[in-house]
Amino acid sequence: MSETDIQADETVDAIGSACPGPLMDLIGKIKDVDDGTVVELLTGDEGSKNDVPEWVEEADHELLDIIDDGEYYSIYVKKT
Amino acid sequence: MTERIVIVGGGSGGTITANRLSEELESEIEAGKIEITVVSANPNHLYKPLYLYIPLGEAELEDTRRPLVDLVDHRVTLVYKRVTEIDTDGKSLAMDDGSELDYDYLVVGTGAIPQPEETPGLGEDEPGHHFYGPDASENLRETLANFDEGHLVLSVIGTPHVCPAAPVEFPMIVEEWFRERGVREDIEITYTYPIQRLHGVRPTAEWMVPRFEERDIETKTFFNVENVEDGTIETLEGKELDFDLMIGIPEFTASPIIEEAGLGEEWMEVDRNTLESEHAEDVWGIGDVTNLPTSKAGSVAHYASGTLVSRIASEVRDQVPTATFHGKTICFIEAGTEEGTFIEFAYDREPVVRDENRFLHWSKLGYNEAYWLTARGVM
Repeated sequence: MSETDIQADETVDAIGSACPGPLMDLIGKIKDVDDGTVVELLTGDEGSKNDVPEWVEEADHELLDIIDDGEYYSIYVKKT
Repeated sequence: MTERIVIVGGGSGGTITANRLSEELESEIEAGKIEITVVSANPNHLYKPLYLYIPLGEAELEDTRRPLVDLVDHRVTLVYKRVTEIDTDGKSLAMDDGSELDYDYLVVGTGAIPQPEETPGLGEDEPGHHFYGPDASENLRETLANFDEGHLVLSVIGTPHVCPAAPVEFPMIVEEWFRERGVREDIEITYTYPIQRLHGVRPTAEWMVPRFEERDIETKTFFNVENVEDGTIETLEGKELDFDLMIGIPEFTASPIIEEAGLGEEWMEVDRNTLESEHAEDVWGIGDVTNLPTSKAGSVAHYASGTLVSRIASEVRDQVPTATFHGKTICFIEAGTEEGTFIEFAYDREPVVRDENRFLHWSKLGYNEAYWLTARGVM
């Protein structure tokens, strides 16, 4: 368990969503929000830990943090 | 007192469930204890997997549809109206003609609706084609028939989309079709996918890689289409790709009545094992409208209907429902025009994709003819 001071502007709850659900849910949200928005992705999919950073780098956004909340991960991404 | 089971939707989920329920509850129906009604805006049942074949001239629109009245058991009442509102507190449906229909048990099978207009440049009178509908597939047939040189791009835009095998199959089928027409040398084919591999189902993605390489089908991943215009696709990642013919797998959504009724924010939210609504009593979901964590495929509706029918029959008989659904899904995958394979998986079981062969190709073509028996609840 760990904590963060990052404040998300938007949260995408993809817990229970099957692969490739969480990443596609995040992409859908990123499409809709303005630059500078911080989006928190909640995901229980282990693959998201690798998939999301890869896409964030490819799309030139900013990965702020990945927090292991025990049963799920909180992944913070800033749209740039 | 007669209790009424209402099924909204005349697609695979609704039709198979109606037919199996009328068999299962035969004695209750004859005794006047139960009546079953299907409400469908369309008087025809559509077998949508055939839309894949229309652009290649291998199926006609009339092959995709049959009147519901010819498929649904005679003990089921058919109502050809559009449901505009579901009131789960009052257990009543509002229809587009102003009438209402009360229910005791409700099954929602309203499907997933293609939304090409959500992607600028995709859809009718736009440069980007798709094949998820009668007009769209016929327009693409005309365009493909006149396409003998240039760059064809197939882009998966929305996930989840219905018929998850279709974008896997189409590039391989059209590649062989171009070869048969003697124009393959003058046509470049590219397949794009939103995430970092070629398909959401990992073993399917791994199966695709050598087959697309063998066929000289180019691939691009992390490719989220944002805009299609003037012969160029622009992506969320800032990439550009020129095309002469673009085919998109569009985004899909549930009917707005689902969110308006409080049955789910995006898709109808159901228990993945019991198919019961997470938000309302005596309401179940079937097929593509649900948020079940598996593919949006007719086979899911087919297998889930067995669970649904058993659980509703138990409720009707004041028994404890025990049947559960575990996500069984089967999809045929064509690997060109001569060979095919299939995948079978479940919530806790990843698929194994076997090598393609001619027998499975013919099995798929045979099933396309035999599907109407599935709709009738026979197989």
